[in-house]
Amino acid sequence: MDWNIYLTPLLQGAWVTVQLTVYSTILGAITAFVFGVGKLSDNWFYRGFSICFIEIFRGTSLLVQLFWLFFALPLLGQALGLDFRMAPLVAGTLALGFNIGAYGAEVVRGAIQAVPRSQYEAAKALDFTPRQTLRFISLPQAIPEMMPSFGNLAVQNLKDTALVSLISLGDMAFRAEQIRNYTQDSTTVYTMLLFMYFGMALILTGIMKLLERSVGRWRAGRA
Amino acid sequence: MLFGIEWDTSSNWAFAVSIFPILLKGLVVTLQATVVGFFVAMVLGLILAGLKSARLAIISWPAKFITEFIRDTPLLVQLFFLYYVLPEHGIVLPAFLTGALALGVQYSAYLSEVYRAGIESIPRGQTEASRALDLPPVRTFGFVILPQAIPRIIPAMGNYLVSIMKDVPVLSVVTVLEMLNVAKIIGDRTFNYLIPISMVGAIYLILTIAASYGVRYLDTHLPKRGIPLR
Amino acid sequence: MNNSIENNQSTPVQNQTQGEDIVEVDGAAGRLDTGEPIIRFEKVVKKFGDVTVLDELDFDVRKGEKVTIIGPSGSGKSTVLRILMTLENINEGVIYVTGRPLWHEEKNGELVAAGEEHLRDMRKEMGMVFQQFNLFPHMTVRRNVTEAPVQVLKLSKEEANERADTYLELVGLSDQADKFPSQLSGGQQQRVAIARALAMRPNIMLFDEPTSSLDPELVGEVLNVIQRLAEEHDLTMLLVTHEMQFAKQISDRVCFFDKGKIVEQGTPDEVLTNPQEPRTQEFLKSFIEQH
Repeated sequence: MDWNIYLTPLLQGAWVTVQLTVYSTILGAITAFVFGVGKLSDNWFYRGFSICFIEIFRGTSLLVQLFWLFFALPLLGQALGLDFRMAPLVAGTLALGFNIGAYGAEVVRGAIQAVPRSQYEAAKALDFTPRQTLRFISLPQAIPEMMPSFGNLAVQNLKDTALVSLISLGDMAFRAEQIRNYTQDSTTVYTMLLFMYFGMALILTGIMKLLERSVGRWRAGRA
Repeated sequence: MLFGIEWDTSSNWAFAVSIFPILLKGLVVTLQATVVGFFVAMVLGLILAGLKSARLAIISWPAKFITEFIRDTPLLVQLFFLYYVLPEHGIVLPAFLTGALALGVQYSAYLSEVYRAGIESIPRGQTEASRALDLPPVRTFGFVILPQAIPRIIPAMGNYLVSIMKDVPVLSVVTVLEMLNVAKIIGDRTFNYLIPISMVGAIYLILTIAASYGVRYLDTHLPKRGIPLR
Repeated sequence: MNNSIENNQSTPVQNQTQGEDIVEVDGAAGRLDTGEPIIRFEKVVKKFGDVTVLDELDFDVRKGEKVTIIGPSGSGKSTVLRILMTLENINEGVIYVTGRPLWHEEKNGELVAAGEEHLRDMRKEMGMVFQQFNLFPHMTVRRNVTEAPVQVLKLSKEEANERADTYLELVGLSDQADKFPSQLSGGQQQRVAIARALAMRPNIMLFDEPTSSLDPELVGEVLNVIQRLAEEHDLTMLLVTHEMQFAKQISDRVCFFDKGKIVEQGTPDEVLTNPQEPRTQEFLKSFIEQH
């Protein structure tokens, strides 16, 4: 059991995992809002595009999306005369970000629709434009509603980062497989790996819970 | 060629048409893995749910911890763990079963939550009435609680079934010949990844849409108050 | 007479001199010829699906008049207010507010359906107080009152805060400015809602059953504020309510609505104390019995 020797490469991989999680979560959040709001838009092009995006990225497997971006897209670029080759980190961030963003978009949409109609009437009576209403009235009220689901999605995203090891990105899972290949000591390495993911997930959940509380401060006095 | 079928690289369209049957063979494996994985998840999930609701903390607490642990760790890692670690301790399973087992374990954690939520949504009065009528607990559970709980959990179960299907490609790392793996092999050999992987994506999209219609159909056609027992 | 929007918005603030009426100062109302009603409904029809809620309604309100609308549920009384506030469209007929068509625009001498720009312009004439208050729960009282003046009227934060102070004092809630709606009682919330509507300096205030959702002991504080508004200011007010005593106290005119038409209208004495029409008598009778 040389678990302390394994620790260094695993931690190097952990750093990659953390970076990837952060990048893809940010991209995912942006995607979620852009397409979640888009699905509710009056502009049929924006709405149609949002619906298509959400259906495609929710309806196909994440690994398929990852492989498509990493292996297939460059070939499409070749045919078009463009260079679409991308580093594993980029492909991973895009695939993870868009995937989690599509699920997040549904959460955003649902939360905005959950804001009571009477709030929209009050806003209209005060002559807010629809965009002002979204920005100042409905979105601020929708965000606390989204946080619990966002927490789940964040952990799911963390777990999904392990897949980038399959396109040779040196994350935690990749390092573990490297070590196993070299030492044939599966049990130690993979047990460590499982616990490292578990620990990260707990930390992430904690962060999301803190965020949840800070966003919903105005709800405190509710009966 | 793959699975004894040749592909035709004369044109893009011919290529696509010729690899379609090969992909379908992969699809069969995908669907098999989905069904077996779901079945394992249903059984393990039920066991977990039962353990979690035990009154003895020494039983429920480890069960809750295990559920949380499974939920917070990636499927890929769990798969590798089962694939490499089990043989070290004497258990050797074919790759397909290892994969299905991994899927089952990962989703048993989610399904145990679905069971718990479904059963808790049945009003307490039902169990109380059963006890008042002196029905034995097993019969209460099987014939009073369960038929009422099932329609409530169908939508969530359906969604997880689709999720499992979308997670099957992960099994490719342990050489299971599911659809994406097949596409990748075709790509490795012909250097044309674009068409096979795009086709797999399209097939997945169609399956997902069909499945959500199926779940909706089931949801509307099962009476809300429970499976009718005459 | 300059009809541009900018002029309308800047006039109230710049005209804020000592002693001038803080509740209603607006060039738009001055656009009316003397005698022309500030609100006019002409043969207005409103349907929800197959149900006709307003049946060729003719209805006038004079500038500065305080009108109370009473009637059974489904009679269309709330719908009149909601249509004025542009929350509901109309199927037939024309409505004029301060002399201009509300749901129509004049294009090349003809009346066509109003576009969003026109509606947004017209909305500024009206302020509405809702039965369920509809305060923004994520904003403090002060923010609730200043948000629209800042975002819609483009006032500076200082100007908006000045207005907030004025109107919060008017409704008696100056000391609650930094609280959130969830920390206030129903009566206090409704009073904030009134201040919020007033802060936009509308010419017409619409009250849609303002006290129907309140506990009985909180009704009085809200009615007091509305009464002060009615007595001390020249604001045109439309009030839908079941509080008959109150209607008697503040109204210039009471209208009894039934099945989408005005059955009877007149001074409070005429309608409430000596109703002529049998339906009015029936409605009021059940009221006295229940209340």
